[in-house]
Amino acid sequence: MKINMQNRIDHLFERKQKNILSIFLTAGYPNLTDTLPIIKILDTTEVDLLEIGIPFSDPIADGPIIQQSSMTALNNGTTLKVMFEQLKDLRKITQLPILLMGYLNSVMQYGVEPFYKNCHESGIDGVILPDLPLDEFDTVHKPLSEKYNIKVALIISPLTPVSRIKAIDERSSGFLYLVSSNSTTGNFKTNTINLNESLKHITSLPLKNKILIGFGIKGQKEFSEACEVANGAIIGSSFVNLLGNSTDLQKDIPEFISKIKEPIKTIQS
Amino acid sequence: MATNKFNVNDQGYYGEYGGAYIPEILFNNVEELKNNYLQIMESDSFKNEFEDLLKNYVGRPTPLYHAKNLSAQFNTTIYLKREDLNHTGAHKINNALGQILLAKRLGKKRIIAETGAGQHGVATATACALMGLECIIYMGEIDIERQAPNVARMNLLGATVVAALSGSRTLKDATNEAIRDWINNTETTYYIIGSVVGPHPYPDMVARFQSVISKEMKSQLLQRVGKENPDYVIACVGGGSNAAGAFYHYLDNEEVQLIGVEASGKGIDTGHTAATLTIGKPGIIHGSKTYLMQNEDGQITEPYSLSAGLDYPGIGPIHSFLHDVKRAKYLHVTDAEAMHAVVNLTQKEGIIPALESAHALAVLSKLNFKENEIVVVNLSGRGDKDLNTYINYLNENKHAK
Ligand SMILES: Cc1ncc(COP(=O)(O)O)c(C=O)c1O
Repeated sequence: MKINMQNRIDHLFERKQKNILSIFLTAGYPNLTDTLPIIKILDTTEVDLLEIGIPFSDPIADGPIIQQSSMTALNNGTTLKVMFEQLKDLRKITQLPILLMGYLNSVMQYGVEPFYKNCHESGIDGVILPDLPLDEFDTVHKPLSEKYNIKVALIISPLTPVSRIKAIDERSSGFLYLVSSNSTTGNFKTNTINLNESLKHITSLPLKNKILIGFGIKGQKEFSEACEVANGAIIGSSFVNLLGNSTDLQKDIPEFISKIKEPIKTIQS
Repeated sequence: MATNKFNVNDQGYYGEYGGAYIPEILFNNVEELKNNYLQIMESDSFKNEFEDLLKNYVGRPTPLYHAKNLSAQFNTTIYLKREDLNHTGAHKINNALGQILLAKRLGKKRIIAETGAGQHGVATATACALMGLECIIYMGEIDIERQAPNVARMNLLGATVVAALSGSRTLKDATNEAIRDWINNTETTYYIIGSVVGPHPYPDMVARFQSVISKEMKSQLLQRVGKENPDYVIACVGGGSNAAGAFYHYLDNEEVQLIGVEASGKGIDTGHTAATLTIGKPGIIHGSKTYLMQNEDGQITEPYSLSAGLDYPGIGPIHSFLHDVKRAKYLHVTDAEAMHAVVNLTQKEGIIPALESAHALAVLSKLNFKENEIVVVNLSGRGDKDLNTYINYLNENKHAK
């Protein structure tokens, strides 16, 4: 095992610190075997980072779009075991940095060490576990994730007190996941993301990790707004929605990504 | 007083169970509560207001009734703790009033809650009407149908009842929706959880608000039979709040046998059950590490019980702990056994119990009591809300009898 090989997430942030686009997709959605083909299409686009959602029956932090995709994925027969089976071929099709994102119960039932071990063996670079408490990260997840060279990106919100942000940044690896506003995923009620003072305040703190903003990033407009204050942003529900509705993923996925990335390139040049 | 051996520790755990497994967005709310609940609950102003409400609004202390006919039937001495006589018809009001007083002191203006049988929803809507606060109740679509009288009461009380349409459309799903609402409205909203479930400090806080049940039992027993401790305390367990309240002051008196009763629905092996401790495994549900019904992949499985209040795939972490360390014993009762107990109590004592409470009564025929033993059954609620269920069940099963 070459566990000390450089992690792809670290490698990404060494090369690039601006306008990082991360895309979230639910595993096993819309069909059981779609995960790798979708990643293969994404690999041809200008996406920088991927997050594969582990479907869970009771996703309390998710809005209707990801809830529904999770239900469909589970009905399709997706399990963590099936996912790891499918991910065996992951590194034959892409070298993008990839994280798994899921609820802690899935990891607990799979077994925490087998989970990190299988992540490593499948070429997964990091994980995001939104309901993992900091103390359990310290005692259980930190040692095991380090053993298998898996980054654990921890989450902060606009209301997280500064002292706690520092404690979380200290522990987080890969990047810091900044939730844009206090909402469940896919809440596009407000048209612009909540780029208030507290968000700018957070991104201006002297932190160890790069920051990606997630939740409520619907399209190009929100993405470029987020990129003004952070290193990049994560698009989830909006992309999952596309997966659910598209009849031609081969065409629609690259179009979706270039719509988000194009205007930023124009501004820069 | 609260025990150390069986009580929550400083980190919010009962043994390995409990904790706060929540998205970061909820951290401030839960932390604020954690840092303030004990101090507020122990302040004189809170105590005075709470105790006054319990006495003059709820009607506490609730009677401890010596059920002579039931005692004769089971050849022992049975007392019923009459939580069914509380204002709004169940123990749930003890907790709802306690939490609303806390919410007021924390400056929250908008109240949300989940409900299964509708008793916690009615209690919360009642507390909100009393305090003039906005009230939104999440309730599974199936429960809205089977507990229609309580939905009507909540509406009349001025609450907004929102149907939870996901999953099995019962208590678990109503709780998911309530948590999602909370995530979207953290700054304005206080979430009144209805049982000893959810992230720390909820399980401990709710147990403390319900502990008035065993506090009264002790002094009432002392008066009636000359000693505080019965031989058995029996209570039904959905999330486990009425049981936690009935056990609370007896936890350290290990000669008192504590019996919790879960709903096994159509039977433990039928796949239509809600007996979490019997068929569940430790995991995480609604912010707490505890036993829950789940498949190998960790997906929470749909529970079933005829009783909406017990139709829940998790259980409060205190009960997972008491179960593991064997301080309490957990039995289970089917729909049919509970229905039998409903008819029995109604016709023997003239008391129509809630379907949830009937699960506690149904174990009386399963235990071998001695004649001089004292058995207290916590009658957690009254059966008015279940009349339709009772009538339908009896009609459907007329021929089977
Ligand atoms: C009368 C009654 N008893 C018991 C319960 C179950 O809740 P818990 O186990 O928290 O007491 C309910 C819940 O709705 C109820 O209405």
